[in-house]
Amino acid sequence: MADMKVGAYLCQGCGLAERLDIKALAAVAQKEGKAQVVREHEFLCNGQGVAMIQKDIAEEGVNRVVIGACSRRAKVEAFHFPAAAITRVNLREQVIWSQPDTDEARELTQEMAADYIRMGCAEAKKTAVPVPNPAAGHNKRILVVGGGVTGMTAALEAARGGYDVLLVEKEAALGGFAAKLFRRVPFAEPYAEPQDNGVASLAAAIKATPRIKVFLGATTTRTSGAPGNFSVDITTESGPTVTEAVGAIVMATGFRPYDARRLPEFGFGASPLVVDQAGLEALARAAGEKGQAITRPDGKAVKSVAFVQCAGQRDASGTHLAYCSGHCCNTSIKQAMYFKDQNPDIDTAIIYTDLRTPGNGEDFYRSAQRKGVIFTKGQVAKVESAGDGLTVHFHDLILNDEAATISNVDLVVLATGQVPNSGVNIEAKPAEGADANVPSVSVLNLTYRQGPDVPQLKYGFTDSHFICFPYETRRTGIYTAGPVRRPMDMVQAIEDATGAALKAIQSVESASHGRAVHPRAGDLSYPSFRREGCTQCKRCTVECPFGAIDEDEQRYPLFNEGRCRRCGTCMGACPVRVISFENYSVDTVGAQIKAVDIPDEFSEKPRILLLACENDAYPALDMAGMNRRVSSAFVRTIPVRCLGSVNMIWITDALNSGYDGVMLMGCKHGDDYQCHFVKGSELANYRMSKIDDTLKNLNLEVDRVRIMEVAIADIERVPTLIDEYAAKIREIGMSPFKGF
Amino acid sequence: MGDQNTSMVQKYRNDFLKEVEANVEEGAWVKMCMQCGVCAGSCPLGPAWEHPPQEIFMMIRAGRREEVLKSESMWMCTSCYNCIVRCPRELPITHIMHGLANYAHRLGLAPKMNPTRRFAKIFWDNIAKSGRVNELELSVRLYFMDGFKAGVLKGLAMKDIGIGMMKTGRLNPFGLFAHKGCKDIKGIHKMLKKAYEIEDRKKGFVA
Ligand code: SF4
Ligand code: SF4
Ligand code: SF4
Repeated sequence: MADMKVGAYLCQGCGLAERLDIKALAAVAQKEGKAQVVREHEFLCNGQGVAMIQKDIAEEGVNRVVIGACSRRAKVEAFHFPAAAITRVNLREQVIWSQPDTDEARELTQEMAADYIRMGCAEAKKTAVPVPNPAAGHNKRILVVGGGVTGMTAALEAARGGYDVLLVEKEAALGGFAAKLFRRVPFAEPYAEPQDNGVASLAAAIKATPRIKVFLGATTTRTSGAPGNFSVDITTESGPTVTEAVGAIVMATGFRPYDARRLPEFGFGASPLVVDQAGLEALARAAGEKGQAITRPDGKAVKSVAFVQCAGQRDASGTHLAYCSGHCCNTSIKQAMYFKDQNPDIDTAIIYTDLRTPGNGEDFYRSAQRKGVIFTKGQVAKVESAGDGLTVHFHDLILNDEAATISNVDLVVLATGQVPNSGVNIEAKPAEGADANVPSVSVLNLTYRQGPDVPQLKYGFTDSHFICFPYETRRTGIYTAGPVRRPMDMVQAIEDATGAALKAIQSVESASHGRAVHPRAGDLSYPSFRREGCTQCKRCTVECPFGAIDEDEQRYPLFNEGRCRRCGTCMGACPVRVISFENYSVDTVGAQIKAVDIPDEFSEKPRILLLACENDAYPALDMAGMNRRVSSAFVRTIPVRCLGSVNMIWITDALNSGYDGVMLMGCKHGDDYQCHFVKGSELANYRMSKIDDTLKNLNLEVDRVRIMEVAIADIERVPTLIDEYAAKIREIGMSPFKGF
Repeated sequence: MGDQNTSMVQKYRNDFLKEVEANVEEGAWVKMCMQCGVCAGSCPLGPAWEHPPQEIFMMIRAGRREEVLKSESMWMCTSCYNCIVRCPRELPITHIMHGLANYAHRLGLAPKMNPTRRFAKIFWDNIAKSGRVNELELSVRLYFMDGFKAGVLKGLAMKDIGIGMMKTGRLNPFGLFAHKGCKDIKGIHKMLKKAYEIEDRKKGFVA
């Protein structure tokens, strides 16, 4: 790039000038970093300092700005110059604040700062000014799939926010599972009585909202595109298929009850007197519509009802659902009240192992006790027909009576769990495909190369970052809400729906500006690849955690910028290193690695490279600095977008150029992952599991490279990890590769 | 009274719970217990109980009528109120224990030889007679309830305490002959008779 002009700006504030020789750093920037403009300022982030940089950009043509001051996480607004590529050199948190303020430490601290200036200048020269995604989509309409309570709420919330909505429901009427309920668990004070199911008023609100267009008896039969620019085929039962353009999608496809026929020990199927919770709602609705009392299916009066909690749930044997569905204790409490309210002389017993009443369920529980519902802690073994009714055999866990029974029971209600309607499990291993509980019908019918539905995490629930981004699926612009995301009750589903609607709005707005959404919200850069170099190995298309990459007709990767989260996993995967971002590439990091001054073998000054995930590890390092936690002065840290973006070449280059050790710090992976890019850290761990061979080839000790899991709260632990590793390196000795 | 003692109770149904609600002091609270076990863990006598309060409450709901009413357990309560203070559901556990004991006693199901029951009976007869406790008579009756020899031995063992009490005016040495009762003893007796009548009617003990 002919017109590249690097300006390096060094701050003297925040104690930097007292601890460091800023003049000497300026000289490094000029001589070694080859910055054309070098300036110092006593408070770079104040109006004057910022104006000074602005003036250089405007008048001197500076378009690569290196800021030697605080962490990239601080003063983001002040150091925001859209016309230039910005490189931040963290002299404050990770140099002077993490080194001792003593005369003896001065030399090493200065060396550290000088290296970081070299690295900053080297990085700047490899970056370009990011421009917004040229393929940005501008459609802001939101599609909601599923017209139950979750879907209707999401539609209303999005409409209230000023966005047009398409609401697609597969049944002939809105309402979903809630419409099947006689009453719902109360949402309001005093949480004592079952309430109207609320579906009618929600449906009326939808009808009264012109912004919402409803498709009944309809499914989404083809979905393609990217945020701001999705194209969706909506097929109605009656025939016609329409193609609609939308900007974002909320998937609220809910759940279906676990199949109670799988529980023959509880008599389901064998006796009509055994129903599941949905079956009881149906009986109650039928009776309610006629204004009559709930009777047995054979029409006889009900005098005694038993509820079996956790039927086919929380099962450790692997036969049934392994999880708790969260709503069923409250639901049984509600259903017991149907009878008590009808006639207080009907005996109702709820047999539970742990009564779980989330939300305000505790008040509801008490209300049922007041009404005389009997609660007994026990494990039901068997339900059998006896005489005209049923006998429930259970183990009373309080009285430790293994042969407890309730006899002459007229109805037994099984509290079975929620099975998510999440579509096809695109990551299922072929052997798992046979599970009758896993449907094979797609919901969204995505045309994405990675498969037709959003990926699932466990038990069929859709995958999302549980802690930080609960609604974001691994398909950008597609958000799941309600029981398809995790088991939940109606109150939680409504909250979920609201959250997902707001996320969808955020997504269409970001998309229309060509910006990334979470977690790199606002990022303008996007990946591009050098077609000539690509070997069509397909690693990027397979490994992208977000299914952003399709394949073109010539079988080259086809990047959908709008679907990309900018994690760089593709960049880390590419064996021929042809994938890059304007401001983040194999070269921007590679140049930094090479810029570090490596003292010779006899200096006793090892160099350790630390590649730290910018989401958790890097902030933890910053915070350790803020707490003035001292750690080894031999470490040089480079933030990476995700461990998934780490290309193996960085590690081999570092080792070849004489670094004594390489540390990688990233988020937890596995089923309870915390990786902000879901799969990045897992892929990194997988790739790193093969590093031993590389080390062996180089004739190096395996300890020269180490990968560590770090969480953002590990402020005390991070410096310890660094020091322990530095001690380990001292023990192994210096790298034999210095000076080559 | 007869059919109350032998009534057939269905397990885990509301029959016995309803009986307790109707006839036992604070019995309506039993259904509110959430089986957390805090009371059982709080009772200083806990380890000595066959069935701690938590279990008693579950047994009531399970319809184990005979077992509950014949139990020695609720007679163990010393009214320390530890459990009441701690119960997250605010059950008046102490009162329910005494209520159950009293109900079992009235039904004639309480264990005959339970020392607490016997002491309570002696105490009640003593105080009801004159409206004021006659300490000497109470002690003598208590010591001698298991026979003459046991009474003499117990009396000797406690003699130092007795002498001490006498010296400080806490025990009238002539109490057996000259006990100063309340002024209107007749009035008190009338009042108690009425109270029995009301309670008996309420709890279904009227013959
Ligand atoms: S791997 Fe990451 S950076 Fe690459 S296309 Fe997918 S989301 Fe974008
Ligand atoms: S009041 Fe009675 S039951 Fe309660 S803790 Fe004290 S002794 Fe135990
Ligand atoms: S502490 Fe209260 S709620 Fe808990 S078991 Fe005892 S009586 Fe029941």
